[in-house]
Amino acid sequence: MSNIVKLAALTFAASAVMATVPAVAAAPVKIGFITTLSTPAGYIGEDLRDGFELAVKQGNGALGGVPVDLIIEDDGLKPANAKQIADRLVQSGVKLFTGVNFSNVLAAVVPGVIKAGDFYVSANPGPSVFAGAKCDPNYFVASYQNDAFHTAGGVAANELGFKRMVVLAPDYQAGRDAIAGFKRTYKGQVLAEIYTKLDQSDFSVEIARIRSLAPDAIYQFHPGGAGINFAKQYAAAGLGKTIPMLMPGFSMDARMLAATGGAAEGFYTTGIWSVAMDNPASKKFVQDFKAAYNRIPTDYAMQAYDTANWIASGLKAVNGDLSKADAFRSAMRKADFKSLRGKFSLNTNQHPIQDLYLMQIVKGADGQLEPKVVRKVVVDDRDAYASECKMPK
Amino acid sequence: MTLLIEQLLNGLQFGAMLFMLAAGLTLIFGIMGVVNLTHGSFYMVGAYCAAFALGHTGSFAAAVVAALLGAGVYGLLIEITVIRRLYQRDHLYQVLATFGLILFSNEAVSLVFGRRPPLVDTPAVLQGALTLAPGLDYPIIRLAFIAIGAMVAIGLWWLVNRTRVGMLVRAGADDREMVSALGVDIRRLYTLIFGLGALLCGLAGVMAAPLLAVEIGMGERVLITTFVVIVIGGVGSVRGALVGALLVGMVDSLGRAFLPQLLERLLTPDIATPLAAGLASASIYLLMAMVLIVRPLGLFSARG
Repeated sequence: MSNIVKLAALTFAASAVMATVPAVAAAPVKIGFITTLSTPAGYIGEDLRDGFELAVKQGNGALGGVPVDLIIEDDGLKPANAKQIADRLVQSGVKLFTGVNFSNVLAAVVPGVIKAGDFYVSANPGPSVFAGAKCDPNYFVASYQNDAFHTAGGVAANELGFKRMVVLAPDYQAGRDAIAGFKRTYKGQVLAEIYTKLDQSDFSVEIARIRSLAPDAIYQFHPGGAGINFAKQYAAAGLGKTIPMLMPGFSMDARMLAATGGAAEGFYTTGIWSVAMDNPASKKFVQDFKAAYNRIPTDYAMQAYDTANWIASGLKAVNGDLSKADAFRSAMRKADFKSLRGKFSLNTNQHPIQDLYLMQIVKGADGQLEPKVVRKVVVDDRDAYASECKMPK
Repeated sequence: MTLLIEQLLNGLQFGAMLFMLAAGLTLIFGIMGVVNLTHGSFYMVGAYCAAFALGHTGSFAAAVVAALLGAGVYGLLIEITVIRRLYQRDHLYQVLATFGLILFSNEAVSLVFGRRPPLVDTPAVLQGALTLAPGLDYPIIRLAFIAIGAMVAIGLWWLVNRTRVGMLVRAGADDREMVSALGVDIRRLYTLIFGLGALLCGLAGVMAAPLLAVEIGMGERVLITTFVVIVIGGVGSVRGALVGALLVGMVDSLGRAFLPQLLERLLTPDIATPLAAGLASASIYLLMAMVLIVRPLGLFSARG
């Protein structure tokens, strides 16, 4: 008798357990995560990957209750490599892609993916081409349109009362876009536009010119190592204290900040998020990320985490069945997830409508430098290209 | 006027940095006949070792020692394991092997030190700026860079012109086979030169570390410019490397400093700005082309 009772209890327990597991015992959904893990820019790819994986880990290997299988590939910062990898994955039946961290690589990957009827969700770049005339129903951007930080920079410069400014960027497309974006909203006088060499590591010459022009402030965009160099040398030349520097947040991310030391103190940045942002979800994310990887998350990690949670909302709606493309798309369009930025909604071109902040790099509670929000400079920023986008249903 | 002096100093400082890298490269290329693309990696290894030592001891002296040791030992290791097998081979093999070594070095450094660029603070004695003239403050670290470059130049001049090793180096640059036929252990001389070249890269690495980002691939960025320097100066000549480095440093710095303003006076801004940026980027290659038209072997070629 007691055996029968035990058996019954066990069966009951087992059925209870099974009931909580989603009915999809099918193979996990494959997500192609193509990013740059090698080369000096590899740290950006690492943070994208780790941010995304953190969300998957927190879901116990699932996003929105749907088990996922992340296929992580290194593109080596070469568009051709990335395109090959994407084509191979598309052929092997992967229907959902993300991860790319550079605009030029993205431009090589996206057309092939959307042509096959598959989905791409950008965790970092938002080049103008895909925001305007070439927008696509299967292409979503979780991060920002590339111009957003720069146009916000112009607004911030106006608000900070900088009347005469010098602007600097490397001599390539993104550098020219940065300066054009800044000038679109900046109302003061641009004393000089200085274009640096793409591989330049010493900026003494440009810094001497800035000193001689004596502007109210400078706006500069130099990603990666060049940005670290510029900030260090600017401070070493003694200008850090006299001529304020304003820059897009990705010109001084957490890793760059760590490599710049005290040199960056007092600089202004624009951005969509900061580790110091005061909202519970964001605070928890920073804590969890630190616990999991023993470092401070960058914006890239935040964007990837948001991307993962956005994808989770889509997968949940179709129960992991990506062949229901229309259902997945309309679920994604709802953007029904909790963004670490607080506010997040989608424009008609499937790029974010979001707030942009002015931040200043100051010492936090633990004595470490971090970007602290000074104030919101743009509310519900929409990019300038959405009007050119005729989004098919 | 002060701006011009400041820009000249900037050119001098860039030249000093290029000289430290080019001196070793020109000897290796000129005497050993090896096209060594790995040269920039020694610079990176030096900078990383310096950052590592500074991070763990907090002493800049320790960083200097670590950079010199690290780069020097890595150079010797590369010479003994790889380069030594390539002396008799065609330049193409050397280019392939040393290019492979660049990739190897980059990955090895990121495995050992991690991908996060380490922080190197300017040591307290080199912080701040020195007032050279009214209205002309120049960072002390850059002045130190120029001084060290000058010291290296004097030291190398002494080594090449006043010592037995230097005599062999000069003889080796002129006629390798003859030196070897006279019973000189040319293999040991080669190892020595290679190690010395790597050591100088390490020195440049530790000096650059407080000014520049210490990052993977930092060596490749300066490598091409360094080759331009030795081609202008003449392969195998330390004097050529010095003159070439100063020329390249000046032309690059002054080009970036004054071309934009010059062109803006002549042309409309939307033509002048991109043109100036392009010309400034190309200036050192134009210089090289002009030097080669007049002196096809470079200014002070050891084999002229």
